[in-house]
Amino acid sequence: MKTDDLIRALSSDLAPPGPSIESRFAVAFLPGVLVALALFAITLGPRPDLMLVASDVRFLFKFVVTLSLALCSALLVWRLVRPGAPARLQIAALAIVPLVLAVGVLMELIVLPRPSWEARLIGSNGLVCLVSIPSFALPMLIAEILALRQGAPTQPALAGVVAGLFAGGVAAAIYAAHCPDDSPLFVALWYSLGIAIVALAGGFAGRLALRW
Amino acid sequence: MSDREIDWGVLMRAANGGDAAAYNRLLTSLAPAVRAVARRGLGRAGLAADDAEDVVQETLLAIHLKRHTWDPSLPLGPWVRAIARNKLIDAMRRRGRRDHIPIDDFVDTLASDTAEPTPIPCKLDEHLQSLPDRQQSVVRAISLDGASIRETAARLNMSEGAVRVALHRGLAALSVKFGARQS
Repeated sequence: MKTDDLIRALSSDLAPPGPSIESRFAVAFLPGVLVALALFAITLGPRPDLMLVASDVRFLFKFVVTLSLALCSALLVWRLVRPGAPARLQIAALAIVPLVLAVGVLMELIVLPRPSWEARLIGSNGLVCLVSIPSFALPMLIAEILALRQGAPTQPALAGVVAGLFAGGVAAAIYAAHCPDDSPLFVALWYSLGIAIVALAGGFAGRLALRW
Repeated sequence: MSDREIDWGVLMRAANGGDAAAYNRLLTSLAPAVRAVARRGLGRAGLAADDAEDVVQETLLAIHLKRHTWDPSLPLGPWVRAIARNKLIDAMRRRGRRDHIPIDDFVDTLASDTAEPTPIPCKLDEHLQSLPDRQQSVVRAISLDGASIRETAARLNMSEGAVRVALHRGLAALSVKFGARQS
């Protein structure tokens, strides 16, 4: 078949473009996050003193870090699934999130006496955190990977990793409402590990499912 | 951004608005640019340029099926080149080569000497033969025989809607077959 023949077939198959990647991503997020919240409600639930700590700066910092990670990851992955789209701004925005966490860790180290560092770092709930974040993230990761299949990432594994950071960030924010450990030291260690597991899973999922 | 690329953006916007003639002109104008990318990349990797037309056809299919990933606020050229480069790398990987293709090589690729070569047996024909009968007849009628949707529907005793569906599914299946790790 000559290329001109192919072009004739392609131009006969012209339909209006469907919904944008962003709206598909948003639509997929809804069932994903609902399943995650249901899992959360069944297994852990919010901590009993939620109302008391709601204005605590350490408690709020957990949401600042995890939700900004989710937001910046979404903004980046929307660029990554568009071939040739510049993504520098979005990469820079995402890179700021660990810096914010590092500032929180530094302030904690300044404020806390040295002997209590280790107790804050290890916390009381590390393993629960490590299991919960990937579990809550899984339904969202699956939904987002399926939505992103409509995209065309030139680096499918990378797009999967960033989708994993998004799902991991939202899952960590959900988990944070239960987590009794509020120190940035705990967040930097255990939350990061939990989110890293999700990102890794996203990378593998991306390699498998986001090729086009 | 060259004038040609501004035209590309205009044509793609018209195509998204349903203008099939504009879309045909756009694809016809993109083909030589993609061909130049493919030939240059294959040449740089020390591979024969015989496969260039396969890369062109696979890229045009991808451009068609992924056209919603173009952001209309950005120029079309970099989007097209990123897809072409991606398909070129895929094609070379399938041949067991792992070459690094610097993106800069493809910026401002000239469209000189990029006429379509005389027909040689191509992957597209091979893949076409493996499509389900109905999709195959529809794609053949429209591409090779130049029939319209309506003529194809009459000829194959199908509704126009069914022809459109078969055409779209056939083209999507062809794109998948290009990507499959075979041959």
